[in-house]
Amino acid sequence: MTRSSPPLGLFDKLWNSHVITEREDGASLIWVDRHYVQEGAFHGFNMVRARKEKVARPDLTVAIADHYVPTRGRDKPMTNPEMVRMIDQLEANARDFGIRLYDMHHPWQGIIHVVGPELGMTLPGLVVIEGDSHTSTHGALGAWAFGIGASEVSHVLMTQTLWQKRPKRMRIEVNGALAPGITAKDMALTIIGKLGVGGGVGYCIEYAGSAVRRLSMEGRMTLCNMSIECGARCGMVAPDATTIEYVRGRPFAPQGAAFDRAAEDWLALASDRDAAFERTVSLDGGEIVPTVTWGTSPEDSLPVSGNVPDPAREPDATRSEHIRDALDYMGLRAGQPISEIAIDSIFIGSCTNARIEDLRAAAAIFKGRKSKVPGLVSAGSTLVQRQAEQEGLDRIFTEAGLEWGASGCSMCASTNGDMLQPGQRAASTTNRNFKGRQGLGSRTHLMSPAMVAAAAVAGHLIDVRTFK
Amino acid sequence: MKPFTMMRAIAAAMPQANIDTDQVIPARLMRRPRTTPEGYAPYLFHDMRRIAGDVLDPAFPLNAPINNGAAIIAARRNFGCGSSREAAVYALVDSGIRCVIAPSHGDIFSANSVNNGLLPARVDEAQMETLLGLLERGGVEVEVDLQECKIKVGNRQFDFQIDPVWRTKLLKGWDDIDMTRRFAEDITAFTAADAAKRPWARLPGDDELRSSSPQT
Repeated sequence: MTRSSPPLGLFDKLWNSHVITEREDGASLIWVDRHYVQEGAFHGFNMVRARKEKVARPDLTVAIADHYVPTRGRDKPMTNPEMVRMIDQLEANARDFGIRLYDMHHPWQGIIHVVGPELGMTLPGLVVIEGDSHTSTHGALGAWAFGIGASEVSHVLMTQTLWQKRPKRMRIEVNGALAPGITAKDMALTIIGKLGVGGGVGYCIEYAGSAVRRLSMEGRMTLCNMSIECGARCGMVAPDATTIEYVRGRPFAPQGAAFDRAAEDWLALASDRDAAFERTVSLDGGEIVPTVTWGTSPEDSLPVSGNVPDPAREPDATRSEHIRDALDYMGLRAGQPISEIAIDSIFIGSCTNARIEDLRAAAAIFKGRKSKVPGLVSAGSTLVQRQAEQEGLDRIFTEAGLEWGASGCSMCASTNGDMLQPGQRAASTTNRNFKGRQGLGSRTHLMSPAMVAAAAVAGHLIDVRTFK
Repeated sequence: MKPFTMMRAIAAAMPQANIDTDQVIPARLMRRPRTTPEGYAPYLFHDMRRIAGDVLDPAFPLNAPINNGAAIIAARRNFGCGSSREAAVYALVDSGIRCVIAPSHGDIFSANSVNNGLLPARVDEAQMETLLGLLERGGVEVEVDLQECKIKVGNRQFDFQIDPVWRTKLLKGWDDIDMTRRFAEDITAFTAADAAKRPWARLPGDDELRSSSPQT
C-alpha cells in the first residue's frame, strides 16, 4: 500500500523541485532556471572577473538594459559619461561572457519584469533571479522569483545556483469581487497597509482567493511585484487557466505537444488542499477602495477618501514619530483631506504598472481630457510601447499634454536621470515613495494608473470613480 | 572573507524604523565605481545626514564628533528594507561599520550583509528600546560577541539572534563559491535528472524561436 504524501503548497513544490542538496546546518543549494542581469550587475561581474571565472550557464542568463536607458531622445547619443559607462559595462560583460543581450535599441527591450513574462522567458515552475528586489513580479506566473544582492549575483553567474534557507510561508487570501474601478494596485497597497512594510520579512507569500483568481496576469504581476514592499522576498500565484492562456504562443514558451505536457505540470503546482502555511491573512475584496499613499513608506496607505493621519493621535511612539517626520517631508498637515492634495507632476510607468492593461486604463480617463500638470508616460517594454501606439494610446496621452517616452525603469528609481525637482509632488504608478526615490526632495504618492490619470485631470488626488 | 568573532566599538543609535536602502545610499550615486580607496564610504546616508545642499546635519548621529569611529549602528525594526542594492552594505562596510543591531532587517539586506562580513544582529523589540536608551548620549562602547550571541554595554548584557547558517558563515569567514564547488557532482546529477523531469525549463536560443511578432 502506498502511503499518502503530506499536502504541499505551491512554494513547497517549487522548493522541492529545485533543491540540489541540503547542508547539515540547514542551508540548501538551489538551482536557478533564469538569471536576468541589468546594468547594476557590474559589481557581480567584477567579482567573476576578479576570480578569473566563467559564467556557468550563459544560455540561462539574459542581459537587458532597463535601469539607465534614456526615455527621452533615445536615438541621440547619450551625454552623461557615468550613464554611458553603465550601459557600456553591461554590453561588455554580455559580450565577454557570451550572454544574450537586449540593448536599448532592440525591439524586445524593456523593463525585465515586463519583458520576461511577455516573451515567455519566465514560465510557471521556474526559479527566477535578478539583482533587483522587484523580481518578485515573475511569481505571478507561479514561479519562485526573488531579488538578490551583487555577491549572490556573482554566485549565480559562476554556478547557476544559490544557497538559501527555507522561508516561512504566508497565504494571503482575497475573496469576493473587487468593486468596479478597483485594481490590483489598490489590493497591493491595502495589503501592505495591513501587514506593514516589515510584515512579510522571512516569508514567501502565496496570493489566493477568488479576487486574486479573477485578476488578469497583468494584475497578478502588479500584486506580486509589490510583495517586497511588505518585506517578503517573493510572492506568487498558482498557475491556472489564465496563466496557461497567457503563456501559450509566446516566443520562448514551449510549443505544440511540449506545451501541453508543460501545462499539465504547471497546473499540478497549485497548492494541495490543507497545505500548511505559517501564517494566513484574509481580506474581503469587496471592501477594497481606491488607495493611495500619503507618506514616505509604502505602508503609509489610505483610502483616497480619508484624511492624512495626525501624529498626536497615534498611540505607538515610533509610528507617531514617523508620521510627524513624513508629514514634514511631504509638506502635508495632519487631518488634511487626502483629496485636497494638489500635485505638480505625474508618472505612469515602471515594472509595477506599465503593461498594456495599465496604459489602457489610464488612457480611458485621459481620452478627450487635458492634464492639469506635466508628466511622463513610459511603457513597460518596447513591445507594449508599439502596441499602445497601434491602439492610439500615445496620441491620447500627448493630446492630454503628457510626454510619451521610450521604455525603461525611468522615474521609478530615477537612475537614468528622469526625476522630480526638490519639493515637487507627483502622483505615480510606481512602487516606492521613499524619501528622494524620484529625485532629491521628491514627494511621491503611489496609486493605480487610472487614479494617477484622474489626479492629473483634476490637479489633485481624487477618487477615479467620480469620472464617468 | 575575514572571520567575525567579537568586536568592541562605539555604537551610534539611529532610533528610526524602516530605514530603507535608498536612505543608506541614494540610487543616483550607485553608478559610481567602487575602485577608489574610500570606496562607497562618502555616500553612506548621503542625503539623510545632510540638511540642505551639502551641509551636514549636526543632529545626525554619525555626524556627531562623539561618535567618531563608530563601527556599530543600532536602529529600530526593519533596517535595510526596500531595494536589493548591495551598494548599501558597501557604503556601510567601506565606512567601517561591521554590525547593525535592530529588531529585524530586510531579508535581502541581511543576506548582502553576511556576504560582506557585516553582522545583522537581531534584538527583540523591548530589549532594543533599552539598548537604544543606553546609547542615546553618544560615544558609548559596545561589545558584540558572535560566539556567545551576546551584546555588552557597561554592565548590561543583551542576547541577540542570527540565523545559525549565517552565524557559522561569519564565524568561519566562509566563501560561498568555495563551498559550492565541493558540491559539483551533486549539481551535475541534479541537472541531468532535472532535464528529464522538466524538459520545458530550458531557455531556447534566439535561433530556435518561431514567432517574431509576440503579443503584449
